[in-house]
Amino acid sequence: MKVSLNWLREFVDLGESLEELREALDDLGLVVEGIEHVGEGLEDVVVARVQEIRAIPGADRIRLVVVDAGDGPLEIVCGANNFVEGDRVPMAPVGAVLPGGFEIGRRQMRGVTSNGMLCSASELRLSDDHAGLMILNDVDAPEGTALLDALAITPDVVFDLSVEGNRPDAWSIEGVARDLAARFERPLRAPRLATTNTATPSASVAAAGIEDPALCERLTVSVLRNVIVGPSPTWVAQRLVGAGMRPISNVVDASNLVMLELGQPTHPYDAAHVAGRALRARAARSGETLVTLDGVTRELARAGRGLGDTGVDCVIVDGEDRVLGLAGIMGGAASEISDATTEVLLEAAAFDPMTIARSSKRHALRSEASNRFERGVDPNLALRAVARFVAILSETCSDLEWLADPLDVRGQAPEPSRVTLRPGDVERALGTVIAEDEVVRILTALNFRVERREESLEVTAPSSRGDVRRGAAGRADVIEEIARLHGYRRLARRTPTWAAPGAITARQNLRRRLRDTLVDLGVLEAWTPTLGSDEDFDLTHPGLARVRVTNPLAADESVMRATLLTGLVRAWGRNLERHRGDVLLGELGAIFIHPDLAETPRRTRGGAGGTVELELPVENERLCVLLAREDDDAASAVALWSVISARLGLADVVVRSNDNVAAGLHPTRGARLVDRASGAVLGVLGEVEPSLVERLAPSAVGRRLGVMDLDVDVLADPSRATRRSTNVAVPSRYPTASMDLAFVAPPQVHAADLAAALAGASELVESVTLFDVYAGVEGGRSLAYAVSLVSNERTLVDADISAARAALLKAANDLGATLRA
Amino acid sequence: MTSSPLSTLGDETARALAAIEAADELGALDESHATLVGRRSAFVALQRSLGTLAPEERGAAGATLQEARRRVEEAFAARRALLESRERQRRLDADRLDLGDVVVAQVPWRLTLGHPSLVASTQRELEDVFVAMGFKVADGPEVESDWYNFEALNIPPAHPARGMWDTFYVDLGEPETVVLRTHTSPTQIHLMEAAVAGGTLPVHSVMPGRCYRRDTPDARHLAAFHQVEGLVVDRDITFADLAGVIETFTKAYFGEDIDARLRPAYFPFTEPSAEFEITCTICRGAGCRTCSQTGWIELGGCGMLDPAVFDAVGIDPEEWSGFAFGFGIDRCAQMRYQIADMRALIENDVRFLEQFS
Repeated sequence: MKVSLNWLREFVDLGESLEELREALDDLGLVVEGIEHVGEGLEDVVVARVQEIRAIPGADRIRLVVVDAGDGPLEIVCGANNFVEGDRVPMAPVGAVLPGGFEIGRRQMRGVTSNGMLCSASELRLSDDHAGLMILNDVDAPEGTALLDALAITPDVVFDLSVEGNRPDAWSIEGVARDLAARFERPLRAPRLATTNTATPSASVAAAGIEDPALCERLTVSVLRNVIVGPSPTWVAQRLVGAGMRPISNVVDASNLVMLELGQPTHPYDAAHVAGRALRARAARSGETLVTLDGVTRELARAGRGLGDTGVDCVIVDGEDRVLGLAGIMGGAASEISDATTEVLLEAAAFDPMTIARSSKRHALRSEASNRFERGVDPNLALRAVARFVAILSETCSDLEWLADPLDVRGQAPEPSRVTLRPGDVERALGTVIAEDEVVRILTALNFRVERREESLEVTAPSSRGDVRRGAAGRADVIEEIARLHGYRRLARRTPTWAAPGAITARQNLRRRLRDTLVDLGVLEAWTPTLGSDEDFDLTHPGLARVRVTNPLAADESVMRATLLTGLVRAWGRNLERHRGDVLLGELGAIFIHPDLAETPRRTRGGAGGTVELELPVENERLCVLLAREDDDAASAVALWSVISARLGLADVVVRSNDNVAAGLHPTRGARLVDRASGAVLGVLGEVEPSLVERLAPSAVGRRLGVMDLDVDVLADPSRATRRSTNVAVPSRYPTASMDLAFVAPPQVHAADLAAALAGASELVESVTLFDVYAGVEGGRSLAYAVSLVSNERTLVDADISAARAALLKAANDLGATLRA
Repeated sequence: MTSSPLSTLGDETARALAAIEAADELGALDESHATLVGRRSAFVALQRSLGTLAPEERGAAGATLQEARRRVEEAFAARRALLESRERQRRLDADRLDLGDVVVAQVPWRLTLGHPSLVASTQRELEDVFVAMGFKVADGPEVESDWYNFEALNIPPAHPARGMWDTFYVDLGEPETVVLRTHTSPTQIHLMEAAVAGGTLPVHSVMPGRCYRRDTPDARHLAAFHQVEGLVVDRDITFADLAGVIETFTKAYFGEDIDARLRPAYFPFTEPSAEFEITCTICRGAGCRTCSQTGWIELGGCGMLDPAVFDAVGIDPEEWSGFAFGFGIDRCAQMRYQIADMRALIENDVRFLEQFS
């Protein structure tokens, strides 16, 4: 919201420097987002009359202009063409510094001297018009008059304030001034107000009514006669321009000025176009339409898609029940003020904030009025605002009549909140003692009514503070106001302590271990998009139910990912194009499984009041690593997994090869990671399916990309990812006997199963390690294991070793593996 | 009618179908395409011979011919698909690798240093600071119901305050009931509900995590981002404790010479609410472009838990009080490492990633 300092000063004395004011506003929660200086740099600019225009030999774009700026003729070179001899224009003399810091010097051009500069409105920052010089023929001021005086511009400072949603009272100059007056402990001045000035009662010529009291808190209608529509006084126009609004006519401008100044939107109707001179507020009926001032036809009373939006629109209708406007948001074109208007019906009302908010959202129609009404306009402000409107309009309509007893109908307005502040309440909330006198002073300055009782303060919020609630919540609201005015920076600080120690969870610790291990092994951690396209989703999960966002930023960002792999391969492909594809790229993050596909969908409460049971997607945390270095393949993924498994202290996980282990993986070069004790699948290893590479990283066709994709949810669950015993075994002090055994095993016998069988064959077996695999053997392949034997009680003798060897061979035979000849 | 030009059609069709069924190699099948169904096939020759027929007979004969040709073409395509899939299976079988047979010791592994994501490492640093201050660290889901993301946080349906967040809605349940969480605050509600249900109040937790806002990415914002939220619910907790925690954290994370200050703000779930600013980490308070010459930069929001929030989770505000705070993890990283454009975080350019250690 743009707030003029000069305007504020009409309400409160402010001698502070700009910096002090900025600090004060920030500290009051009215954050200054920008400061604009109006009229700065125009101090030296004067009105000049063009006496003569001469061509400059050899120049076709510039001309020599002789002007009189009060001190006789002055020659100035000028490039504009939109003026003739006799016109009056703004002139910046040599030495002047224009807005933006541009200093005017004496310049030589094409052999002539330019002694100043004739200016456009945009060069003076008075408008965007840079088509030619600013023409001042309509301005009644002799040559040499300072431009600021000629245009009656007062240099001003405009603050751009950000007003929070819980400050309906601060959406006006008066509201901001009230905060500053309270902060600086100064009186707040009232604006000049008019009173009704005829004996004719309004009810004798006009009517007002509220049909739906829940939608309209108050509707006042004033009748104004002898209106002459014309331009506004300069000061009104300037105020509006300074606030970023365009002056239109004295009637519309007065309405806008009052809204900016006091926070009450009003709506003037041409009384001649309002049937029966009657204004009534009611809910729109299904099938009704309205052409709003912006020329758009609005269908009314249609339920919106948004939660809790039943399609209620509050409209203003005339005496024949025709819709004139969308109440509190925008008027209709039919009853607009025109040059011919002589009698005005002025509506000043207050509407139910939620109704306005929903209508405004549904019709995608926001206006200065709706912004204020949806935050809540003080229902007691209406007639005061009309009095201000009339005072302003009277400046241009000297015979203006405001008919007696304006029509005033009340609907349902919430009672102002009453809150009890008990002794110690403020201190218990803020941790700072604020004296009761100071509390009373602050609240009173903010228009709260405070009654001192024996044991408490009874605080009643002003009707402008619809944000103040009741009960404990209202107490918090009032305490915030006390803290705000007292100054947050003056509040105490204390670092609390408590007995419970800080900690991360086992799951978080697992993530840290995974990340650390991966980083040590050379993995770069990526962050790929959660939202992708249907096409990408179908690459790995064709036709499956997917979690979809209803309002994506782009169509190809509408589906929540069901794998990390797609994003990683894509990210890698882009790096490959930059010749940086020789990397390990990994990501730790959630994938989303549609509730229809989940074994146990996540159930939670939702809907209005949290009364509906909803099924939400299952979020599955995954760790996916793409092994994309030159020569990486599925075997590299096995190696990576072996380190992670050891680092996590997993007891026994079998790398079990299978066809088609997972979507997106090579069908015959993949394996599941199966926890031997629980049978749970901890993840998959393998290579990216060739067609997926072709699709996502076309320049990498034919290249093998290793993949490790782990289910972190399972890894984090000790009942599924079985941990080794944490008990540490002290190694035997007796010598170890080693033997290498090579077996011919049929393809269906897993190397890990054979190793496990060997490990269990004799209690002397200390370790079994696969050290060689040779494929070219009849009946399967050769698996060579290094087996070490040891006893905790004695040195092994030959007989022990032979017995153990026999047991090892038997265990292998039982699985179908035979000692290789 | 042996003179009919189509008298050989049946035989030719049968011959072509038999040849197609007999083909065992994709290459051989493809080579025979021209002679079986293509331009050198019997069908083309027969087509030409139709010209000898009377015009009124031509139509029916042409249809018969086309039908036969179509059958052969279909058979060809079906056979081709079968052979292609066999071929593919053969290739896959030849490519088969039993990962259980991989001898890890024989897999070459080049030593290079990896790099954590900047967000992850920043999150860990923040967690460590808060753990040292006595906070537990909690996680929460990224997809939430409107109850957890909004209503329990005192933002009722259609309330204008919902417009403070540009929300992605998920196509589940009634419209606008399932959302990508717009902040980590719903995790507060989960924690308080669990503490009430389990009788384990007080709560002292921070909640880091990924959030989403429907905001076109630019140099300062991403549609997905990371926040860390703090929640304390205990006895005798005041605004002074909140200010003290913010200050302690600021100095511990950004450095002793960085100060924190609060100014009034509005959040539906806290009251009083505050925006917190810290000394500009670029100019250390002297004033620079980053802080618009003020010496301060905005970091996050905070406040005393609103009684309406306590009401939603069933905590008695007369017995318990508390505060919450939240700020952006990515933003901390951006400030600390002076990242000119946040979008670099999601572009996964190796040259960017390998700068973090």
